[in-house]
Amino acid sequence: MSDKSHNPNQMTGAAMIVRALIDHGVTDIFGYPGGAVLPIYDEIFQQSEVQHILVRHEQGAGHAAEGYARSTGKPGVALVTSGPGATNMVTPLTDALMDSIPLVCISGQVPTHLIGNDAFQECDTVGITRPCTKHNWLVRDVNDLAKVLHEAFYVATSGRPGPVLVDVPKDVQFATGTYHPPRKSDVHRSYAPRVKGDAAQIRKAVALLANAKRPVIYSGGGVINSGPEATRLLRELVEVTGFPITSTLMGLGAYPASGKNWLGMLGMHGTYEANMTMHDCDVMLCVGARFDDRITGRVDAFSPGSKKIHIDIDPSSINKNIRVDVPIIGDCGNVLGDILQVFKAEAKKPDIKSWWQQIAQWRARNSLYYKKSSDVILPQHAIQSLFEATRGRDTYITTEVGQHQMWAAQFYGFEEPHRWMTSGGLGTMGYGLPAAVGVQVAHPDSLVIDIAGDASVQMTMQEMSTAVQYELPIKIFILNNQYMGMVRQWQQLLHGNRLSHSYSEALPDFVKLAEAYGAVGLQVHKPGDLDGAIQEMISVKRPVLFDCRVAALENCFPMIPSGKAHNEMLLPEQANDEATAKAFAGGKALV
Amino acid sequence: MNQPASAYFIEERHDPNETHTLAVLVQNEPGVLARVIGLFSGRGYNIESLTVSETEAQKHLSRITIVTTGTPMVIAQIKNQLDRMIPVYQVVDMTQTRRSIERELAMVKVRGQGEHRVEALRLADAFRARVIDATTESFVFEITGNTDKINQFIDLMRPLGLVEVSRTGVAAIGRGPEGM
Repeated sequence: MSDKSHNPNQMTGAAMIVRALIDHGVTDIFGYPGGAVLPIYDEIFQQSEVQHILVRHEQGAGHAAEGYARSTGKPGVALVTSGPGATNMVTPLTDALMDSIPLVCISGQVPTHLIGNDAFQECDTVGITRPCTKHNWLVRDVNDLAKVLHEAFYVATSGRPGPVLVDVPKDVQFATGTYHPPRKSDVHRSYAPRVKGDAAQIRKAVALLANAKRPVIYSGGGVINSGPEATRLLRELVEVTGFPITSTLMGLGAYPASGKNWLGMLGMHGTYEANMTMHDCDVMLCVGARFDDRITGRVDAFSPGSKKIHIDIDPSSINKNIRVDVPIIGDCGNVLGDILQVFKAEAKKPDIKSWWQQIAQWRARNSLYYKKSSDVILPQHAIQSLFEATRGRDTYITTEVGQHQMWAAQFYGFEEPHRWMTSGGLGTMGYGLPAAVGVQVAHPDSLVIDIAGDASVQMTMQEMSTAVQYELPIKIFILNNQYMGMVRQWQQLLHGNRLSHSYSEALPDFVKLAEAYGAVGLQVHKPGDLDGAIQEMISVKRPVLFDCRVAALENCFPMIPSGKAHNEMLLPEQANDEATAKAFAGGKALV
Repeated sequence: MNQPASAYFIEERHDPNETHTLAVLVQNEPGVLARVIGLFSGRGYNIESLTVSETEAQKHLSRITIVTTGTPMVIAQIKNQLDRMIPVYQVVDMTQTRRSIERELAMVKVRGQGEHRVEALRLADAFRARVIDATTESFVFEITGNTDKINQFIDLMRPLGLVEVSRTGVAAIGRGPEGM
C-alpha cells in the first residue's frame, strides 16, 4: 500500500463534512458547537471557504437556515451537537417539512460504542427526527460518510424539497476514511421523483382550461420551490389564458400583487374575491399547492361545482383532502411548460368577460377594509405604511405567526418570489427573527424586515445577539398590541371572550432591550409619527427593534369561520358582535 | 350535530372502510421498519397485520406485508405515503390486483383430555393442521391458510382447551408467472 497521506481523498470524517459542504457549493452554515461536534468545529476553524454563523440557540440555526434557503432557492445548512442540540432542531425540521424547505442538518452523536448507553448528551436523534425529516441517516462507518452526505443534499433539494438530517458519531468524525465527490450512485435506487407530467393528463387539463367559463388558478409554494422558470411560466399562463389567479400564503410573490389578474390570497383570511372565485369557479387549476385545511374551509362545501386540475410533484398530495378530476404528477415548471405549449398550439383565450364582471362585483366589497384612526395606529395601516416605504426597494420580508402574519400577507404586496419567508404549515411563533438573520446572511445588502408580534418575537429574541455579532442590519417591525392577538381573536369568537392567558403581561421595554443587545430601539405610538420612524428604521445600518404600538383589540378580517364554506366569509364591516355570534353559531352553544 | 368551538374544521366522514393487503418492497437498512410503522402511527392509519422479512439478501431487499383498513381515499393515501419514502422501492396493493394469494401460519396450543382431545385431533385433521408437539395432555398444531381459516380453527379450539396462539401475520404473493 502506498502512503495514505499522499491520497488527497483520505481524510477524517470531520474533514469530509466540510469538504462535502464545499463540494455542494455551501458558503454559509448556521450552528452551535458542543462536545459531539468539536472535531467538525476544529475543521471549520482551519478553513475559510465555509462561513459559520454562531446562533444563540439551535432553533435559531434551523430557522436561519430556512430563511437562507427560502430566499435563495439553495439548501440551508445547520450544524448542531448531540442531545439537546439535536432536540432543539426538531421545531425547525418540522417547520421545513411542512413548508417543503430544503434543509440539511448535521448533528453530532456520542461515539458509536456509547450509543444506547444513555451517555452524556445522548438522544436517539434519528428516532426523534424520523417523522420530521424527509429522510435521515446515522453514519456508523466513516467510509459511508461521503455517500450519505451527497445523498442528503440530493434528497433535500430534489423532488418535493424538505429537511434531512445526518447524525455523525464523534468517533466517526475522528476516524480516517476515503472521501469521494458527489456521484449518481450515492442515491438510493428507490428514490426517483417524477418530474415530467403525463402527456394524456396534460391534454385533459388543457381541454378543461380551454372550455372554462369561470376558471381560476390557485398557486402555492410549489411554484416557488420549482424555481424561477416555474414562476415565469405561471405568469405566462395567466397572460395567455387571461384567467384570474389567487395563491396560498406560501405562494405569494409567484404572481405579482400588482398584476391585473391578481385576486389576493385565498383561505381563512384571504380576500372575499379570491374565496368567492374559488367557490363559484367551474375549472380550478391548482399548481403546487396542497388543499390545506386553512385553504379549503369546509371540505364538503369546497368549490362544489368545479372540475379540479392538480399539479404536484408529490403523489401523496393528490386526493389527500380534496378529490380532483385531473391529477398531474410532476414538477410545476415542467408541467406548466407542457400545458402552455399544448394550450398555445390548440386552444385560444376563452371568453370569460362575464366572469371578470362577477369578480369585479366581489372586489367592490373591499374585504380588506379597515377604519383608519388619527389617534391610534391600526396594524393594517402600519403594514401598508411599511409597504409604501419599502416599495421598489430590494426588500425581503419574514414574519412570525399570528395576526401580524395575516395582515402582512394581506397588505404587503409581493412582486417577486423568494421575498416572503413565513411559517405556513407548522405555524411556528419565533420563526421570523432567526429567519431574517438567515436571509440577511444570504443578502447582505438587501433590506430584511421581520414583521413580528410582541408575543412571537420573544420566543427567539436571543438571536438579536447573533445579528449584532455579524453586523446583520435586520429590522424587527413589531406590531405590539400587547396580546397574542390571534389566540385572543379565537377566544373572543369561540370561547366567550374569556381571554385565558393571551394578554402579554410584563412585556419588556423593547427599546431598552434593543440597546441592551447593542442594537437600535425605536418606538412609535401615533399614526402621524409612523412614516418618519419607518424611514429612520430603514436608514439605520444596524439591527433595529421597532416597537410599533398598535390598536390593542383590532381583529383580523375577513375570515372564514370554522365549519363554514368559502362563500360564508365574515367581512370586516359585518364583524359586529351580533353578526360574529351568528357566523360562529352551531359552535359550542356559540360563544 | 353541534360542533365544538374549534380552530379546525371538524367533519365526519362516512365512506365505508375497506381492508387491503399491501406488499412493500424496501431497502433492508437500519430503521426502515420503524419508518414504515411510524408512518402508520403518526398519520393514524390502522395495521391489522404486519409481516417482515428479508427476501433478497444479496440485494438487501426486504418485503413488508401490511394488512390495513380505511376508506378508499385513505388507502390510496397510505400507498402514496409509503411510496414516497426514500428506501421504498415499490408498493403493490395485493387486494386491488385481485390476483393474489394470502397465507398465514399459526401455532395453536390446546390442552385437554378424553373426548376434547379426540375432537381437537379430528378437527385438526379436517383443517389439515399438523401436530408438531404432543404430550399426554396437550397438542401444538401448526396450521397454514388464509386469515379466515385460521380464525375459524382457533374459534373451534377454544371450547376444547385452547391455551395460546402464535401467528405470523399475512404473507401475500401474486398469481401467475409475473413478479412484483
